Amino acid sequence: MEGLFAVLIGALTAAGLYLCCLRQVFPVVLGLSLLSYATNLFVFVAGRLSLGAPPIWEEGVTRFADPLPQALVLTAIVISFGMTALLVVLAIRARFEAGEERIDVPPVTRATETDR
Amino acid sequence: MTAHLPVLPVLIPAVSAAVMVALTRQDVVLARVLAFASAAAQIGVAILLFAAVREGEILVYRLGDWPVPYGIALVADRLSVALVLLTAGLGAVLLLQALSAWDRAGPHFHPLFQFQLMGIYGAFLTGDFFNLFVFFEVMLIASYGLMVHGGGAARLTNAMQYMVVNLIGSTLFLFAVSLVYNAAGTLNFADLALRVPTVPASDRGILMAGGMLLCVVFLLKAAVVPLQFWLPGAYGHAPGVAAALFALLSKVGAYALLRFALVGLGLGQLAALEPLAWLTLLAGALGVLAAPTLGVLAGFASIASIGVLFVGLAGAQAPRLGAGLYYLVHSTLAGAALFVLADLVRAARRKEGDAVVGGQNFAGRALLGGGFFLAAIAAVGLPPLSGFVGKIALLRSIPVEGGAGAASWAFVLVTSFLLLLGLSRAGSRVFWKAQGEAPAAARGPAAGGVAVLALLFAAMFAWAIAAEPALAYFTQAAQALLEPGAYVQAVTGAGVFR
Repeated sequence: MEGLFAVLIGALTAAGLYLCCLRQVFPVVLGLSLLSYATNLFVFVAGRLSLGAPPIWEEGVTRFADPLPQALVLTAIVISFGMTALLVVLAIRARFEAGEERIDVPPVTRATETDR
Repeated sequence: MTAHLPVLPVLIPAVSAAVMVALTRQDVVLARVLAFASAAAQIGVAILLFAAVREGEILVYRLGDWPVPYGIALVADRLSVALVLLTAGLGAVLLLQALSAWDRAGPHFHPLFQFQLMGIYGAFLTGDFFNLFVFFEVMLIASYGLMVHGGGAARLTNAMQYMVVNLIGSTLFLFAVSLVYNAAGTLNFADLALRVPTVPASDRGILMAGGMLLCVVFLLKAAVVPLQFWLPGAYGHAPGVAAALFALLSKVGAYALLRFALVGLGLGQLAALEPLAWLTLLAGALGVLAAPTLGVLAGFASIASIGVLFVGLAGAQAPRLGAGLYYLVHSTLAGAALFVLADLVRAARRKEGDAVVGGQNFAGRALLGGGFFLAAIAAVGLPPLSGFVGKIALLRSIPVEGGAGAASWAFVLVTSFLLLLGLSRAGSRVFWKAQGEAPAAARGPAAGGVAVLALLFAAMFAWAIAAEPALAYFTQAAQALLEPGAYVQAVTGAGVFR
């Protein structure tokens, strides 16, 4: 199972990074989502994978699943979801206000009063 | 009351932001009243905290009274409280500039500002690195909001790029946290310090890979070369009041790096950062020489100041680290002054904005020119402001013998000269090459902005006067980082529950 997880996380990360490198709004949003899935799975396995173990310690049990990464992954999911939503909103505004679909270090232009 | 002091810097802005969101959507006056009340409370709490820790006391606040390392701990020691005090002061001063127009340029300015402060306080006070992640995200979400505040094409495209960089940084942060947790089984800095020596050799690789990855994330936030490309555009186009507060964000990265690498991993020194610090200095100074607008120039000046800071942090001796931390406070104030000034110039010049070109004369040119002169003095590190004292103290603590020390001297001095050149060039173009008469209807710079500048310069002057006790204080704070025994003892002393 470890192998399967490793391949899955690796594939998600690679796809996510590739999409981020395209520097267009839609691929980047998709890429960041894939990256955050990869992260969530990775955080989850940080507590080591175990099959058929009780979710948390109880009397007389020596092998149990680590509950902490489960709590962490919940936080991470919420945050990455919020971030993605914010990014989409910002992307839509940038599309309409600046007509810009590339995400890049823009050529440094002179600031004008439209900045105000 | 005193027992709950360490949690108040996080609670006060959180509560006031929530109240503002609920009550002040239409009512900017009420929002301002609440913002100033909140700022006064934050300063009060920060001063009380300072009084409590200045003798070396370490306050540990366990939320819900859960035992370390299961619960969340907030830790206030000399270093974190000094930075909390700096944040509270800077936040309160910058509110004055928000009054001039920024808080009416769009909804929710004040709640975002409070959330920004909450994230910064939390990052300084937290005792574990998962909550550090959470507070980083609070800080970043608020900064995205503040960065696009008021809208505008250039601002939005730059903010998109800033946001994507930081989101990738956040995923790296989580990868790193899980690696460290996997190897060491803890998220608490103090508990990690106890466990690192006992990690079996087979897991050491994972631990160090995670640890170094986390350091990379902190270096990204601190904008150290080669991870600095996002800063000038993003900060240079942000609203001035927000950019001035962002001058503090990169310092959060530096602080987190110190806390994690020196206390958590117990590395003892960060000498590997010295070459990066040189390159950061150089990149910042060259950027200042070439900057097309005052906003971008302020961004590059912040990068240069991060370089000076890291020259200090790269040392293994307390005086050098202490001088770096003293300079951290100065560079925050100096960076804020430059960003505020760029904003005032942008508002004063209708056509050219803050571009580094001569143009039509504008109202308040003498006043802003004088302000720029002082801000340049602060950024270069000339007397009588505190940058001079900071750089002198830093250089005196670096032995010239040996290649690295000499190179540090050379980089700090040569880049100071380059900064002087770049700032003189920008200042003489913008303020001396103005021609003709100022438009008759033009108003002078906003009183709030001028008051902010005056307060920042006064603070830097006072910081230079207070150099001796301040350096002593930060040297002790640095000593506590290099020998974190007392910190670890204080956090885990109540008995680590295993």
